[in-house]
Amino acid sequence: MGQIQLNQVTKRFGSVEVIPPLDLTIEDGEFCVFVGPSGCGKSTLLRLIAGLEDVSSGHISIDGVDATETPPAKRGLAMVFQSYALYPHMSVRKNIAFPMRMAGIDEAEQNRRIEAAAKALNLTDYLERRPGQLSGGQRQRVAIGRAIVREPAAFLFDEPLSNLDAALRVGMRLEISELHERLETTMIYVTHDQVEAMTMADKIVVLRAGVIEQVGSPLELYHAPRNQFVAGFIGSPKMNFIEGPEAAKHGAHTIGIRPEHIAVSAESGPWSGVVSVSEHLGSDTFLHVHDTGLAESFTVRADGEVNFRHGDRIYMTPREDVIHKFDAKGLRID
Amino acid sequence: MATQHSRSAARVMMAPAVVLLLGWMLVPLIMTLYFSFKQYLPLRGGDLGWVGLDNYVRFVTSSAFWPSVVTTLAIVGGVLLITVVFGVLLAVLLNQPMWGQGIVRILVIAPFFVMPTVSALVWKNMFMDPVNGLFAHLWKFFGAAPVEWLSQASMTSITMIVSWQWLPFATLILLTAIQSLDSEQLEAAEMDGAPPLSRFAYITLPHLGRAITVVILIQTIFLLSIFAEIFVTTQGSFGTRTLTYLIYQRVLESQNVGLGSAGGVYAIILANIVAIFLMRIVGKNLDA
Repeated sequence: MGQIQLNQVTKRFGSVEVIPPLDLTIEDGEFCVFVGPSGCGKSTLLRLIAGLEDVSSGHISIDGVDATETPPAKRGLAMVFQSYALYPHMSVRKNIAFPMRMAGIDEAEQNRRIEAAAKALNLTDYLERRPGQLSGGQRQRVAIGRAIVREPAAFLFDEPLSNLDAALRVGMRLEISELHERLETTMIYVTHDQVEAMTMADKIVVLRAGVIEQVGSPLELYHAPRNQFVAGFIGSPKMNFIEGPEAAKHGAHTIGIRPEHIAVSAESGPWSGVVSVSEHLGSDTFLHVHDTGLAESFTVRADGEVNFRHGDRIYMTPREDVIHKFDAKGLRID
Repeated sequence: MATQHSRSAARVMMAPAVVLLLGWMLVPLIMTLYFSFKQYLPLRGGDLGWVGLDNYVRFVTSSAFWPSVVTTLAIVGGVLLITVVFGVLLAVLLNQPMWGQGIVRILVIAPFFVMPTVSALVWKNMFMDPVNGLFAHLWKFFGAAPVEWLSQASMTSITMIVSWQWLPFATLILLTAIQSLDSEQLEAAEMDGAPPLSRFAYITLPHLGRAITVVILIQTIFLLSIFAEIFVTTQGSFGTRTLTYLIYQRVLESQNVGLGSAGGVYAIILANIVAIFLMRIVGKNLDA
């Protein structure tokens, strides 16, 4: 079990209100990702749930029980930190055993859980090593192992992959997702990387300046962003925004069109511009287009085969059915 | 570019420093060894010729030798214990955010700037004096008879004075070490269910291991040769005669340079024995 409910939770540091009143429910077994630009309060929110920070007002309940005043250790949550926070003077085995030792679990049970966790995380050969002798990915797995053995109500991840290199990050992302499928435990995951959010989450919570901008499944957020901020934040490359007469044609203040919803051709189309940079990824080509008369810069995702170069004039045709419309306040118009 | 040429140039450049340091060390050492094999009584006939190992035998067999070794080790051990324990506690305390942190930290370090002679005199006359000392007044206030600190509790007194001087050093080193502790580790331990005392024992203390080792090693070097504190307080009486003080008495009070020099050689040997034991016990902490 691990249903977490935040009710009118606020957090102030001195006179600065980091999180204005906020309501959120995370269902049992859900993989919930908090995503937002740095400084948006997502880590603070996680620390409030963990109990490492005290709420200024409001209530946090875990499985229906008010946990606002409960100390972190008693909340039944396990956290994986950005720096992994392994204990450097203890072996991997002792690191993983530490929470069980503190809970007074008997030795045989400790060993059973350590072996199980080590097997699941490919750490069996490294149990007697110190964290200093491990690679980044292995340290990450030890930190996860230390969290698993507590059999918590929910896992909290605070940007766990940000210290890994790109290849390892993709691998670990997959491992964490698999872990969630296997354990079916609630997980709350904080990241600033929208790709991680899109790929892992059941539910994404987009935050800006402590305010929840939108909550929804990855595809809900992708297809129907509630406002311009979410539209720009979710999706890679970023959505193109067009203001002025072109937007007025659609009866909106601003319209947005995703790079993948634009067809390019060398001959004809309603919009045109000059290619400034074309990034060939093999599978796709990202074209950065200038001088369109619509927006400062325009990004188009084209097929990997297209062969436009710097300075080429191209024509673009948007898919009319997926144009997002926003009013002057940036809110979605349906 | 470490060519043959630049390497020999480097040697030439370093030579003056090396020669100076070697001279500084070797000349006194060789003179000590030289005198230790001689009967040399400056006021009673001067140089009376070679006597072989006589001085060494006399120094060890004198009834004052073993008690002085014990006294030395007792003071070193006592001061180390007090400074490390209280140093860790003070470092933990000073690491807490508080009002006036800067001033408090400077005040804590202040005793280290007071010269040993001065601090010992201050303690002797202002605190431990059985008639006018602050302790005497305190004892009288509670209706107890004042303690004659330097005669009745001489070792405690000396240990207290020296600890007071060295506590700031230990605190300073340990404070800088504690500041480098990753706060996420403490938070992780908190989430793992470790109460404050366990967090201290399992996280903070092991983190301080290396700093404690450094404190112990450096302090031992200086504590083995404390002299001024004893000289201005008990003059070596009431069981406070350390090996250093015994050597001083042999050389200056008995005017027997040969015997004192032999004692000096023993002091070197004692220091080395202590160093070997220390490295055995705490040295492994220094390996990264």
